[in-house]
Amino acid sequence: MTNTLHRFGPAESFRDDYVVFAMCSKGRNDQDSLPKLKRFLELALAHKPVNLGDAIHGGALRPSKDMNPSSHWHRDTAPDFEGVIQGLTGPTTVAAVFDNRVAAEDFVKAVKDADLGLSINISTSIDGAEQCCFAAGIPRHSVGYSLGFEGATEKLPGSKVMMLSTMCGHGMVSHSLAKKLVDWVREGRRTPEQAASYMTRFCSCGVFNPTRAARILEEAARGESQ
Amino acid sequence: MKINAEKCVACGNCTYVCPMGAIYIDQKIHRATINRDECVECYACFNGLSQEHLNPTFVRAVRKVFQTFRLRFDPEPDVCPTAAFEPDELAWPRIVRRAFSDPRVPHESTGVHGRGTEEVKTNDVSGRVKVGEVGFTIEFGRPGVGARFRDIQKMCTALAQRGVAFEKKNPVTSLMSDVATGAIREDILDEKVLSAIVEIKVSIDRAEEIIRLVWDVEKQIDTVVALGVGVRCDEDGEENVVAPILEKLGYKLERAKTNIGLGRITNPAAPQPAQETVSVK
Repeated sequence: MTNTLHRFGPAESFRDDYVVFAMCSKGRNDQDSLPKLKRFLELALAHKPVNLGDAIHGGALRPSKDMNPSSHWHRDTAPDFEGVIQGLTGPTTVAAVFDNRVAAEDFVKAVKDADLGLSINISTSIDGAEQCCFAAGIPRHSVGYSLGFEGATEKLPGSKVMMLSTMCGHGMVSHSLAKKLVDWVREGRRTPEQAASYMTRFCSCGVFNPTRAARILEEAARGESQ
Repeated sequence: MKINAEKCVACGNCTYVCPMGAIYIDQKIHRATINRDECVECYACFNGLSQEHLNPTFVRAVRKVFQTFRLRFDPEPDVCPTAAFEPDELAWPRIVRRAFSDPRVPHESTGVHGRGTEEVKTNDVSGRVKVGEVGFTIEFGRPGVGARFRDIQKMCTALAQRGVAFEKKNPVTSLMSDVATGAIREDILDEKVLSAIVEIKVSIDRAEEIIRLVWDVEKQIDTVVALGVGVRCDEDGEENVVAPILEKLGYKLERAKTNIGLGRITNPAAPQPAQETVSVK
């Protein structure tokens, strides 16, 4: 699973994108991991995440299976962080997404102090992760580099759409939806925040970053290419 | 996946949310229709769209009135107003599509939700990628292109010819008819998936060889490839061995996932890993 690794964009574009996730290894530290995974998510709350999620049930903003038609005018876009924590049912990958480095650094320090025994990873720019480790006094154990996309890249859309759609590494946010929402923001039919919330609901593990998405949507609507 | 024609009102919302672009409005029947050959059974339509349960006849009438007067109906774009999507009972080999495309479905061979394994994300407890080694994740089809196993097989056979061993617990490896040659089961070669990840591990001195091989095979296949390179850091948390090789090959290293080494083995019956010397400077 490389669901946060291949986010598209230059390192600078990850200045508001820090994904910290915890997972246990099957057969090694997965027994009694549920309270530790919940503790990880609870610790994140104090540092104001922009999304929380688990790989089975989804993120803090989810689609509704029984939507009230009046929701078209009063759509609830508030993330349900407590729902994510309470909904955790077993060993899986859990993630907390932050939109600034200070919050990510402080959270990593808190996780270190909590000594959960889970594998913790930071997915962001290489420099950003190094700074988080430095602030917490932790030497990096291993690193997984993204070398980006190659091969038949002529099949891929423009950079802004790529930056949006690849924030769901499982590919649940389609290029078409991202492109449509860029257009809707450009036309003034939705705010960047509203448009970001639609995409957030499609991410099935809660790692989509609505703050970064809103910024990219706004830039794209203004016609900025990078 | 199928669309209930009795319920569909052809609003078109689903045509945008399909990662493969496999849903379209059939102008002859005025219903959303799925191109089954392109559909990868990712369930983004069923799981991602919010569902209302409106009366289809009523919705069609309203849409007709708005259309007649050229009024723009501006509903939420992530909603199926009549809950028209209905999951199919999938049989072999089509069920492979879902296993590799719907992230909520754990693959039986790994127990991991998703298309790969734990790779370096749990390296602090698994010791999978050791000092002097490089773990490669070679992902096909993402983002938004998809891949057929026939193309994936081309990469696997090329790697196997170089004597590369595939990660045993990886879902693609589990579908090989011959791991020694990298051949994948004949009956799934034309199946399309949203993405699939091949995982291998080699010594660092072979990293450049593998990347050049991947470049060669990429020219022969009709999809995109995303390469991930996992490596162990030294005792100071530095990694100055593989990064220079990648930069020499022209890669600008922007993003990574960083395992910060806080994991430990806690299952009572789990074997403890051998102590590893991490001085790689």
